[in-house]
Order: sequence, then structure tokens, then C-alpha cells
Amino acid sequence: MATAVKGVEKAVERRHHEIPPVDDEEQAAGRASRPRGKRRLGPGKAIPFGYLIGPLLLLGVWFWGSAAGWIDPRVLTAPWTVATTAWDLWESGRLGPDLLVSARRFAFGLAFGVGAGLVLALVSGLSRWGEAIVDGPVQIKRSIPNLALLPLLLLWFGIDERMKIITIALGVLIPIYLHTHNGLRSIDGRYAELAETLRLGPAAFIGRVVLPGALPGFFLGLRFAVTASWLSLVVVEQVNATSGIGYMMLLAGTYGQTDVIIVGLVLYGLLGLGSDAIVRIAQRRVLSWRRTLED
Amino acid sequence: MSLIRAAKPQGTGARVGDAARASGAVVLTDVVKRYGRGPGAVTALDGVSLRVEPGSFTCLLGASGCGKSTLLSLVAGLDDLTAGSIDDVERPVAMMFQEPALFPWLTVAGNVELALRVRGVGRAERRQRAAELLDTVRLEGFAHKRPHELSGGMRQRVALARALAQDASVLLMDEPFGALDAMTRDILHDELERIWRERELTVLFVTHNVREAVRLGDQVVLLSSRPGRVLNVYDVAMDRPRRIDSAPVANLAAEITDALRAEVSRHAG
Ligand SMILES: Nc1ncnc2c1ncn2[C@@H]1O[C@H](COP(=O)(O)OP(=O)(O)OP(=O)(O)O)[C@@H](O)[C@H]1O
Ligand SMILES: [Mg+2]
Repeated sequence: MATAVKGVEKAVERRHHEIPPVDDEEQAAGRASRPRGKRRLGPGKAIPFGYLIGPLLLLGVWFWGSAAGWIDPRVLTAPWTVATTAWDLWESGRLGPDLLVSARRFAFGLAFGVGAGLVLALVSGLSRWGEAIVDGPVQIKRSIPNLALLPLLLLWFGIDERMKIITIALGVLIPIYLHTHNGLRSIDGRYAELAETLRLGPAAFIGRVVLPGALPGFFLGLRFAVTASWLSLVVVEQVNATSGIGYMMLLAGTYGQTDVIIVGLVLYGLLGLGSDAIVRIAQRRVLSWRRTLED
Repeated sequence: MSLIRAAKPQGTGARVGDAARASGAVVLTDVVKRYGRGPGAVTALDGVSLRVEPGSFTCLLGASGCGKSTLLSLVAGLDDLTAGSIDDVERPVAMMFQEPALFPWLTVAGNVELALRVRGVGRAERRQRAAELLDTVRLEGFAHKRPHELSGGMRQRVALARALAQDASVLLMDEPFGALDAMTRDILHDELERIWRERELTVLFVTHNVREAVRLGDQVVLLSSRPGRVLNVYDVAMDRPRRIDSAPVANLAAEITDALRAEVSRHAG
């Protein structure tokens, strides 16, 4: 009796963890060999904090390689040295202000870029005339790298914050525009038919059908945009700046301080990963009505 | 005011238009609908003439692919005719699509309320009316679910609730009860019949279930296999409410089924 109860408990636990049953008893009882409730195709159930596993593995290799002496500290500083350097920089009050300046540029550039990209995507997605006017210039901008635009932007706006934020915004605008526009245009035609039989007016059609329908595209664009924002930040801060993480790294490069450079790189990586995670969480919540392989 | 939709070079539209204006009927005259051009073109409807009296209940029967959904979307004005004319008094038309089309980003209540919002119904009243309609289709308690959390039959019922929320006088329904169990369907037949009478709706109802057609319809229209033409119109002169399993319904249904079977096998052979 006691063993039977235990067996049930075990089975329940196993189902909970979705490990395929290997018990002879269950096979004999005619159970399907595949646990119920599990999709055979597709990536399977989400792993909690799965997005951290890859970066942690990378960190592990770095640790191990440095500890075992396979990585020359002059080539790549050991992680603990990087940590103490970061702490020293923070303590001495050099890291804090630089970080703040970089974060500010990132945030403003992202905000303006997203706003502009969204407006352009709506104008061009909702009207043929808008598309005729807006789409071409955006495609042209798309094929010009930010780095190539920089000299001109420098001449126009000088070297102050304005120029940096505009450069970042220009990089952000492109993915937002492309993916939102594509999202708008690929909304299922049946929804438009439905809206027509419901006699929705133009405002209600845009607000209740077009915008929610374009959200998946917008979020995809936003993920690219966040990356674009960090990338542009690096370019701006290393080409022309007197503050920020990029400037800190540039300075360290001239003095041969590998550890400071690595601190900067790790910071960029962490901030990039963190902001992408935030966008993904927001995407999950806002797009909970979708049924995709993600769930 | 009369709304006449006709193929571009048309001659008969105006005359029929007057007739419709006088009676309020929906009148289809020699309606032809072709999809595509050249050798690959498909003729979905080929000369359909039909008269749907105001306040009547018309059921459409026909083999799969004979053009029933096409006919409804033409009446709803979602598509252009190739030839002929459709003529009705301009008034709101509510449509229930074959695949239950709900906005996936709105909740069940949100989908129903959208139809009310368009008509300018206030917030509090919207909420109350939506709850009532969801009650009618027996979905109380599902107001805050999203469509993907519902079964196919439940989604159909949400679509029905929304169509009723539109308060249109013409209701076009494309196999609305196809995914329901017999019991739920019986109950919804009663509800639909009640609402149809109360609001004096004009209903055009597509179904593959012959008994359902006889249970509900004032007239049952049998369409030929593709290209669709009107093969026969059966007037159902039985007292309401009818029971779907009563003998008179079964007898007429058997007669219509035979005609339908003959038509389908004529095409298969
Ligand atoms: N948008 C379209 N483009 C091209 N052909 C179409 C289109 N819609 C329908 N057809 C064709 O028109 C014919 C009639 O289609 P329709 O959907 O009206 O059939 P139906 O009677 O509703 O069939 P079912 O009972 O299976 O729903 C079919 O042969 C179909 O291939
Ligand atoms: Mg159909």
C-alpha cells in the first residue's frame, strides 16, 4: 500500500517536471510513451531564466580559462581583476558619472528614435501618399551607415549632446520603421473585412484594429532598436566625446589599461542584455493574446 | 434611400431598385461572380436571382464550394459583383463569418462591446448589454477571456453575440452553428428565433444541416453545385416554434436531402 502511494507520488512529480516516463508499470498500464500535455514539435517549454544560461556559460569559460592560466591576462584580463577594477573605478567616482551620461544618451536617443520611427511608419503604413513620400528616404537612410553620416552631423550640430542623441535616434528609427510598417501591412485582411461589417470609423479602425495588429511587428523592431541604440552609442562615444563609457574605454586604450577596456565592454554587454530582457518581458505581457511557439 | 450595387454596365438595376424600395426586400437579380481572369477564372455564382422579404428567415443550402459564402459577402457589400445587381434598402447589415472572426487582442466582452461602441452606446450600458448578450449565447463567466482561450464553438457564439450587438436589421450568418453540439444548437435555435421575431430581423442563414434549415427557415433555397444557381426554393409552411426532430421537419428535410444528393452526385459523375 505504502509503495503504491509512493509510486503515484513519483509519477505526479515526474509529470510535473515533464520527464518522459520510463517506468515499466506505466508502459504496462497502456500509457502513451509520450507524456501528455507536451508538444512534440517546437522548442518545448520555456526554461526559467533560460536567457541567462548562455551568458553564464561564457562567463564560466572566461573564469576557468583565466584560473587555469590558459588566458594571458595581458590579452584578456581575468574576471576578478575586471571586478576589482570596476569597483575601484566606482569608488574613485569615475565610473558613476560616465555611466550616467551614457545611459542618458541611450535613453533619449531611443525615445526620440522610437517616436520618430513610429510616426513615420504610421504615416507610410496608413496612406499610399504617405508611403510614396516617406518610404524612399527611409530606405536611403537605411543603406547609409551611421558612421558615414557622422562627419556631416558633426558639422551640422557640433559636438554637443544634441548631435549624439540625433545620431542614436537615426539608428533607432530604421528598425522601428521597417518592422512596424511591415506589421501594419501584414495585418490579416479578414480583420479589415470584419471592421467593415462592424462599421468601424477610421479612428476606431486605427485604434482598435491597426495599432494592436501592428504591435508584434513594433516589438520586434523595438528589440532591434535597443541594440541599434547601444551600437550607435559606442560609435558616438568613441569617435567624439569627452565623457561616457566609450570615452573611458578610449582613454584606457591609449594608456594600455586592458582591464578598464574590459570593464567597459562588460558594461555594454550587461546593459544590452538587461534592456533586451526588459523589452522581452514587456512584449510577453502586451502580446499575451498571441499563441506562438514562444509559450 | 435605396442602395443599388450592380456590375458596371447594367440595365436592370434601377427597375428592381424601385421594387425593393417599395417593399424593403433584399433582391438579387442575375448575380454573377467570377474570381480571377482568363483560363484560371472560377465562376462562383452564375445568374442567381433571389428575393428575400423583409422580416423573413431564408436558409441557403448547397454543396461545399457552390458559392454560399460568396453570396453572403456580396450581399454584405464586401466584394463587387461581376454582373447582375443586388438591391436592398440601405440599412446596417451584420455578418457572421464562416470562420469565427474575433479580434484576438480584445477580450470576449471587448469584442462584443466594440460593436456597441461603434453605435455610440455609453460605457455603463455597453457593459450591461454585452453581459446580457453573452448570457443569451450561454457564455456568462467568459467575458474576460481572450479568444484563444475558447473552443471553436464558443468563439462562434461570441461572434453571434457581437452580430446581435450590432442591432442591424439584416443578419447574414455563414454556418454559425457548425461547431456546436446538438443540445447547445437547439437552445440557440430557440434564442435566434426569439430575437429574429422580437427585432423583426431579415436573416440569411447558410448551413449544411438540412434539418436545421427546415427548422429555422421560412424559405429554404437550394443552390446547384459550382457555378451556383438557384435550383429550387422550398417554402416551409409549418407553425413555429418547430422542433428539429418532429416528423414534418424530418419529412421535408428528407425531400430536400434527396434533391441535394442528386445534385451532388450529378456533379461527381
Ligand atoms: N477570394 C477568392 N478568390 C478566388 N476564388 C474564390 C475566392 N473565394 C471563393 N472562391 C471560389 O469560389 C467558389 C465558391 O466559394 P465559397 O466560399 O462561396 O463556397 P461555399 O459555398 O461557401 O463553400 P463551403 O460550404 O465549403 O463553405 C469556390 O470554388 C472557391 O474556390
Ligand atoms: Mg462557405
